[in-house]
Amino acid sequence: MTERPHLAVVGAGPAGLAGALAAAADGVRVTLLDAAEQAGGQFYRQPAAALGARRPQALHHQWRTWERLRDALDRHVGAGRVAHLADHHVWCVEGDSGAFTVYALRGPAQERGVAVSADAVLLATGGYERVLPFPGWTLPGVVTAGGAQAMLKGGLVLPGRTAVVAGTGPLLLPVATTLAAAGARVAALVESADPRALPRRAAALAAQPGKLAEGAWYAGQLLRHGVRTLTRHTVVEAHGTDRLEAVTVAALGRDGHPKTGGTRRIPCDTLAIGHGMLPHTDLAETLGCTLSGTDVRVDDEQRTDVPGVWAAGEATGIGGAALALAEGHIAGRSIAARLHGTAPDPRRWAAAARARTRSREFFAALDTLYSPPGGWPDLITDDTVVCRCEEITAGQVRTAVGTLGATDPRTVKLLTRAGMGWCQGRMCGPAVAGLAGCAFTPGRRPFARPVPLGVLAELPGQEPDGSAPAVADRH
Amino acid sequence: MNPIELARARPGAPFTVTLDGRPVEALPGQTVAAALWAAGVTSWRSTRGAGRPRGVFCGIGVCFDCLVTVNGQANQRACLVPVRPGDVIVTQEGTGRDDD
Repeated sequence: MTERPHLAVVGAGPAGLAGALAAAADGVRVTLLDAAEQAGGQFYRQPAAALGARRPQALHHQWRTWERLRDALDRHVGAGRVAHLADHHVWCVEGDSGAFTVYALRGPAQERGVAVSADAVLLATGGYERVLPFPGWTLPGVVTAGGAQAMLKGGLVLPGRTAVVAGTGPLLLPVATTLAAAGARVAALVESADPRALPRRAAALAAQPGKLAEGAWYAGQLLRHGVRTLTRHTVVEAHGTDRLEAVTVAALGRDGHPKTGGTRRIPCDTLAIGHGMLPHTDLAETLGCTLSGTDVRVDDEQRTDVPGVWAAGEATGIGGAALALAEGHIAGRSIAARLHGTAPDPRRWAAAARARTRSREFFAALDTLYSPPGGWPDLITDDTVVCRCEEITAGQVRTAVGTLGATDPRTVKLLTRAGMGWCQGRMCGPAVAGLAGCAFTPGRRPFARPVPLGVLAELPGQEPDGSAPAVADRH
Repeated sequence: MNPIELARARPGAPFTVTLDGRPVEALPGQTVAAALWAAGVTSWRSTRGAGRPRGVFCGIGVCFDCLVTVNGQANQRACLVPVRPGDVIVTQEGTGRDDD
């Protein structure tokens, strides 16, 4: 009997789960690697088991979909078709054409190495939040909108009592709603875009009645919790000495700059802020997958241009959980057929393909609406820290650009160290690009996360036949 | 309403850890960052350069702003590390290394 083909899925959020389940159902042996202790990713992030939450759905949306995914995963794991490796932080994937090795770190300190070999890889690495800098954004109490959500969902905690939720994008609505439901006073929801521009893009939106209903539900919740919504407004400064005490918000004019005299100060101890999201593409880039802008480029089957590597979900373009589920499902079906040496039949994912098309059109419409105000670089004072890790200020970046002649973020990095710290430019990349006046492109990083030298030193050579052990614990 | 009530959570018995020598109550399952937030603490690091306070920013392990020293080990991401009974958490100054 020949052994079942083996797929490694990186990421157990909606895309990775859907892909793992579809591939397993079609006879593929799956190893699902994920950094969290429980499956679900950021969207379905669960309270830690020891917290004993009896009603975790109070913090969630689309709970029934999660229950279906969770139960199916449990069944596949129970039947030995899927191995779920939780608390596995993948830092590199190497290989090509049917022989891949996925390297991960384990344990709280992430100092133990693990290698998983596979015939194919599905990258479902998700995304992370983009936050553009402004004076005061490094004060404790200023958190990303998604970070506030993650800490609430996972640890059942709030950062403070009175919150302002600000920035731009559809994520701000669930964040404001959940913070309010969990007992925070949400003093304002500050959105820099103008949702009244939505009707002009009505076709793509009307194709998603469920999404419009969701938006209306959030509006009702905000009203119920007494949350004041300020559209075409932006936070221009966060105030405080050692922690956040207030924010100043300003009304935006047509040119994307604050109107004179249109500012107000809102006392708060929490600012949850986000300006949209960026895909995690490090693993894809290390494998040599081509990007399209900031997204991993995929074909109709969710294949990247590296044979044996598929990608799904936010890594291929920010589009939400429904799109991630559709893409993951298509990828899983395609992978199973390809690993069994047959051409896949797209009719087997027709419904998912329709959902994928609708979702992509919907998010393309949202993208044009929810973009940061054009004047954002002008709101950053010279003494504002831009690179949070290396404490590089906007003034230093401007000197690199204006006086020293840097024309791209890489040169700014070499001249100032912006982007050379722990986060490797994930936080400051878009801001540095904006200050340098060029388009943001993801920085190429050989490793997706810091790796202890000891783990690198202990990496064994490949086996004589070129294969790595199936799952090898290096300690 | 608070998050524990909203999720109708029945956590295991709370335990004590220390932050800079003073006791902080934590719940099993929480990360170091969550336990500190629950105790009303939002910063536990000062930066290498300007010595400015920092705490959680991204909350998902990407930004490294929440670095902290736990049980003598510096540069742990508080938003990822589970809190354990008896943990000795120390505000991390600069690089967190003794030889700095």
